[in-house]
Amino acid sequence: MSGPNARTITGDEYFYGHKACAGCGGALAVRIALKVLGKNAVAVLPAGCMSAVGFNFPNLCFANNAIISTFAGTASMMTGIEAGLKARGLSDYTVVGFAGDGGTADIGLQALSGCIDRNDDVIYICYDNEAYMNTGTQKSSLTPFGASTTTTPAGSVVRGNIREKKNLLEIVAAHGIPYAATASIGYLDDYMMKVKKASLIKGTKFIHVLAPCPTGWGAQTDMTVELAKKAVDTGLWRLAEYENGEFRLNRDITDPDGIRGYLRSQKRFAHLTDEDISHIVESRDARWGRSLP
Amino acid sequence: MTKAFVSGNEAFAQGIRLARPAVVSAYPITPQTVVVERLSEMVADGELDSNFIHVESEHSAMSCAIGASAAGVRVFTATSSQGLLYMAECLPYAAGGRFPIVMMNADRSVALPWNIYGDQSDSLSQISSGWIQFYAMNAQEALDMAIMSYRIAEDHRVSTPFMVNLDGFNLTHTYENVDVPDQEQVDSFLPPYSTTNKIDLEKPVNMGFTAGPAYNVLFKMSEHMGMLNARDVVPPVEDEFMRIFGRRYSGMVEGHLLEDAELVIVTLGCVSGLCMDVADRLREDGVKAGVLRIRYMRPFPDREVQSALLNAKAVCVLEKDVSFGNAGVVFSEIKSALYGSGCSCAICNRIAGLGGRDISFDDILAIFEELENRPTDVGFIGGSAS
Ligand SMILES: Cc1ncc(C[n+]2csc(CCOP(=O)(O)OP(=O)(O)O)c2C)c(N)n1
Ligand code: SF4
Ligand SMILES: [Mg+2]
Repeated sequence: MSGPNARTITGDEYFYGHKACAGCGGALAVRIALKVLGKNAVAVLPAGCMSAVGFNFPNLCFANNAIISTFAGTASMMTGIEAGLKARGLSDYTVVGFAGDGGTADIGLQALSGCIDRNDDVIYICYDNEAYMNTGTQKSSLTPFGASTTTTPAGSVVRGNIREKKNLLEIVAAHGIPYAATASIGYLDDYMMKVKKASLIKGTKFIHVLAPCPTGWGAQTDMTVELAKKAVDTGLWRLAEYENGEFRLNRDITDPDGIRGYLRSQKRFAHLTDEDISHIVESRDARWGRSLP
Repeated sequence: MTKAFVSGNEAFAQGIRLARPAVVSAYPITPQTVVVERLSEMVADGELDSNFIHVESEHSAMSCAIGASAAGVRVFTATSSQGLLYMAECLPYAAGGRFPIVMMNADRSVALPWNIYGDQSDSLSQISSGWIQFYAMNAQEALDMAIMSYRIAEDHRVSTPFMVNLDGFNLTHTYENVDVPDQEQVDSFLPPYSTTNKIDLEKPVNMGFTAGPAYNVLFKMSEHMGMLNARDVVPPVEDEFMRIFGRRYSGMVEGHLLEDAELVIVTLGCVSGLCMDVADRLREDGVKAGVLRIRYMRPFPDREVQSALLNAKAVCVLEKDVSFGNAGVVFSEIKSALYGSGCSCAICNRIAGLGGRDISFDDILAIFEELENRPTDVGFIGGSAS
């Protein structure tokens, strides 16, 4: 389907005046999704960077209805809001959640699973900056292999995070969810199309959007979109959809050899050895089910 | 009005049915399960037009209840013990957001050691969470409070969540005769929930926000004042309840034979009834015994406690919990209310009924006998296991 694009998207803003760092990928993910969903989006944000930068009384930064949930409670609060608004006889609204990687893949996973199990009619968007950023860049289960964080520092014995990134799309899909997708703020048309599509499907929808964080990744603030593109082009992050019980890849690898450059432009990977980088290339290949030249 | 022979849980479920919550979200735990089973049956049979949400935990039960309340509708949940503690993060959240959720808590022991039976350790550990806390004495009062709690919680001067505590098993599972009011009666007493504290598609709001050091105290103070306002709201609500349903309740506390009582047991929950029976017996022997039942632990009835105990010579606070390293929670609160009140009574604390241990007629008789010696210690009943 063709979704909104840079020319057709509304000029209205729903998330502005907030205190996110320059170049914040998460803020872009929230802003763009709300433009697609419009003024009747009811947003739920758990503890995390986006709620921390957007809701400081009296500086409240959402033009649509929005509420902070407990850290673990994004999905369960969305369920309650959806049930309550429906009970009021309303129908012209979309309940949407914006939770971080930690808030989704770690502490909020149980509530998300319950929500999908009930097939509540909501859109859950996980903006993934690959660590607990709001508390100062600690490791989450979506932190990639090798990354140094404040709890997986690059030491002389252990060099950063030793675990692979959790496969959240497959976890979510295993519930038999009506629609799930991955996206990247580097490919906004694709992201907007997926948000739009999600808004037209009944039941629970899940979108996992890669959203670089220059502060936590140790990258230039004008490199956010570039990095979000590179992660996709090199195959480290895949654009995919799960619908009607089937997975579909939306984009092939276009820059198989770009991994080194991608890693080297971020301080969190500065300590990686050639051996570490080879390991990252190999696991990328294993994920794609083939060896790339 | 119809008569029914039901357990405390079932009586409460009847009251909730009549209060018509639009959303019920709950997770099972003994001894609360029956109330949610009955409610799901009522929804399944079309007796209750409500969305029953099968949440996957108590944390989600309360988070979901907060969401539904933020959406502007009446909501109910119920829990107990480990479940109450599992949702603990959400309790101040509901209170700080001023969401008038009603929750039934089946008072139960807290692990370790594991124990499914009744005591008051669970709810009394959450005394500062911002919830109104009520302790019911019998099934009829439980049913009536299921209805009255919404009136008080949803009053715009209060806007505070409301926890109705029923002693696990002793009350939740004991069968009693109750009067079940008619729907029309309840509808005339309890109007549909209306609030401005809600998601509004015409005029969007930002809710559940952050308030830093400069503003934080303003929100906390107004939460405190809202809870205190319940003290003024309870009496007229009870008057109206009396007019419509013909049952009279006594406000924040209930006194039994207190006019001239010298020896007084202060307690809460369903053991109060037994204490009153013992006091009646002692009166036959000329012993000036009395009972003060705390109905509301929050807001705390300090003025009522002060005047009720003004002429007492010896007081025992009998409760089913202990704040380890200090004393029973209720004892500490009563003692602090009496400071400077002019009461010169001796006051002691008896911690009893832990993990469902029976509190017998003779146990209470023994407390009254002890009071003649004006004890001031903190002691456990059953501490020397026999
Ligand atoms: C129950 C609970 N535990 C811990 C925290 C502290 N905390 C707040 S935000 C946060 C990190 C959020 O990380 P993520 O979900 O990835 O979002 P990000 O900040 O990276 O955008 C943590 C650990 C909390 N608020 N609540
Ligand atoms: S720390 Fe990262 S995610 Fe958080 S506001 Fe700054 S750039 Fe955005
Ligand atoms: Mg994060």
